[in-house]
Amino acid sequence: MDYLRLDDRFPHILCPGCGIGTVMSAMIRAFIELKIDPNKLCVVSGIGCSSRVPGYLDCDTFHTLHGRAIPSASGVKLAKPEMEVVVMGGDGDMLAIGGNHFIHAARRNLKLTTIVVNNYNYGMTGGQFSPTTPQGARAKTAPCGNAERGFDVCELAKGAGAVFVARTTAYHVQQLKNLIKQAIQKKGFAVVEAIAQCPTLYGRMNRLGSAVKMLEAMRDGSIPVTSVKKPEDAVGKIVTGVLWNVDAPEYTEVYQGTMAKAQARQQENQK
Amino acid sequence: MELLSGNEACVQGALKAGVTFFAGYPITPSTEIAEEMAEELPRRGGLFVQMEDEIASICAMVGASASGAKSMTATSGPGYSLMQEGIGYACMAEVPCVIVNVMRGGPATGLPTRSAQADIMQARWGTHGDHPAVAIVPKNVMECFEMMALAVNVSERLRMPVSLLMDEIVAHMREIVNLPEKADVWQRPKLTTPVDNYVHFADDTNFDSALASFGEGYRIHLTGLTHRPDGFPTNDPKVIAWKMDRLARKITLNRSWLYDVVATDTKGADTVICSYGSIARSAQEARFAFMAQHPERRVGHIRLRMVWPFPQFKLVELLRGVRKLVVPEMNQGQLKHEFERAVSPDVEVVGVNRVDGEMLTPEEIMEAL
Repeated sequence: MDYLRLDDRFPHILCPGCGIGTVMSAMIRAFIELKIDPNKLCVVSGIGCSSRVPGYLDCDTFHTLHGRAIPSASGVKLAKPEMEVVVMGGDGDMLAIGGNHFIHAARRNLKLTTIVVNNYNYGMTGGQFSPTTPQGARAKTAPCGNAERGFDVCELAKGAGAVFVARTTAYHVQQLKNLIKQAIQKKGFAVVEAIAQCPTLYGRMNRLGSAVKMLEAMRDGSIPVTSVKKPEDAVGKIVTGVLWNVDAPEYTEVYQGTMAKAQARQQENQK
Repeated sequence: MELLSGNEACVQGALKAGVTFFAGYPITPSTEIAEEMAEELPRRGGLFVQMEDEIASICAMVGASASGAKSMTATSGPGYSLMQEGIGYACMAEVPCVIVNVMRGGPATGLPTRSAQADIMQARWGTHGDHPAVAIVPKNVMECFEMMALAVNVSERLRMPVSLLMDEIVAHMREIVNLPEKADVWQRPKLTTPVDNYVHFADDTNFDSALASFGEGYRIHLTGLTHRPDGFPTNDPKVIAWKMDRLARKITLNRSWLYDVVATDTKGADTVICSYGSIARSAQEARFAFMAQHPERRVGHIRLRMVWPFPQFKLVELLRGVRKLVVPEMNQGQLKHEFERAVSPDVEVVGVNRVDGEMLTPEEIMEAL
């Protein structure tokens, strides 16, 4: 496999049954199908289980601070706009500690492909509740059930100005690959929420059964956005597919205009 | 000849040194640096970006530097606090970058519009863990220019973050300066190593050897985790020790040129004033006025151009035989303790301190002599 560092990076650190490997696999398949040059690809992450993925990839990889994948990736993209920059991180990393960066990157509309692996808890630290843990669900720091409400990742991205927003699950691997492909091809800040099972922690604490059971629940509990005819259809379901796709000027292109204006302004000042 | 503020001169120094990327967040009294960069960089083909906070600013700067652009940010006390984790990351991943901290009074929001030298210790130990630190302190507008360029060069040569600690006085003071056409500029060496042989953290003595950036085909891995020479994380105690030693050696192997001290008449002096930054000007004035009044006394002056690394070994030589040190600072005595450690216990070390936002006057320093 191109795109994988097979020399001595494996075995990986993920738990048996974890959904993150499936998301990584879908991402790599998207790279292969889009023929992305690994020498012009940078995969950026923060801290957490899904943030360990770049360490297994054979391209430029940037494992940054907790919550800071998006601003770090922004620096890479701004300095080298010709590079393909993909950000991967978990729900805690991207939406709690990194939440401010997430919404402002969406507003800025710099071309970054952002994959939010949502497993509804902080896995790396042992299963504490995260900003996507549903209200009432159990977590290590919510032994009596989570008092807080969870974020809807896609609504948040859309509201903040992301130009492409999609969601699917680790069960829907083909769709996941296709959505990541579309996101990479989109000019602007594109978000794919990949719901993934964490059978070791979130699953166990909420008695959701094995990884297979959790995947089956994703299959049975989801509905394609195209099948949602009235709002009631989506209640309690994971709505999958492309949820939002609009065009807006991309930051590095706008910046080209800024540079031209700045040069013209200087010439005028010199007159 | 130009009439420039310290903040403006700092921008000119950065541009002269080849900075092409600035990420920042507005904060008094450093904001003019960002404003000037927003004017200067786009028309030179460089990148100016205003981020959502200081944390994002330092991360974007590190990302850009790792992608090959000489990068900087500018902030002040509270923003510098927010950047500390990112500074640690730049130390660990060995990414060159410059953080300008225009110091103001603290803690917390403190004194946004008044001056202080309040972040001397933060510049040394602000980020967690053992790490090397370089902090450069200009005393006037011309030095804001020169030392900004120096900060860029040092950070590039040592592959680590460097802080330029200005203060509100030098930042907003205007002086007539004659900026040189040319400055010494350190260029990142061209990488010729074949991809298969390349190891990112290979050379343990020449930190200024060529380093790969993102997008050059070397497929590097940068992480804040303790890592092996190839950049990948490890828990092997031997490798951890190697990495930590390597970081410390950036300073110890380069002391000869990192110890940047200006000594005036310290030989045979009974008393030496030890100063840095804008206070060096009061100190110099105090010394002249005092010696005019007391011709029998011999007062020397030591000015640190870099406070970190603290030039301990150099000071031991320079201060031999001195009976008394006077350390004026616009803080409660942050560097005084370092001077105490550099001299024998029987030398009297007197601090002259102000933390009310006002500059120390020559008279106040004279009283302590």
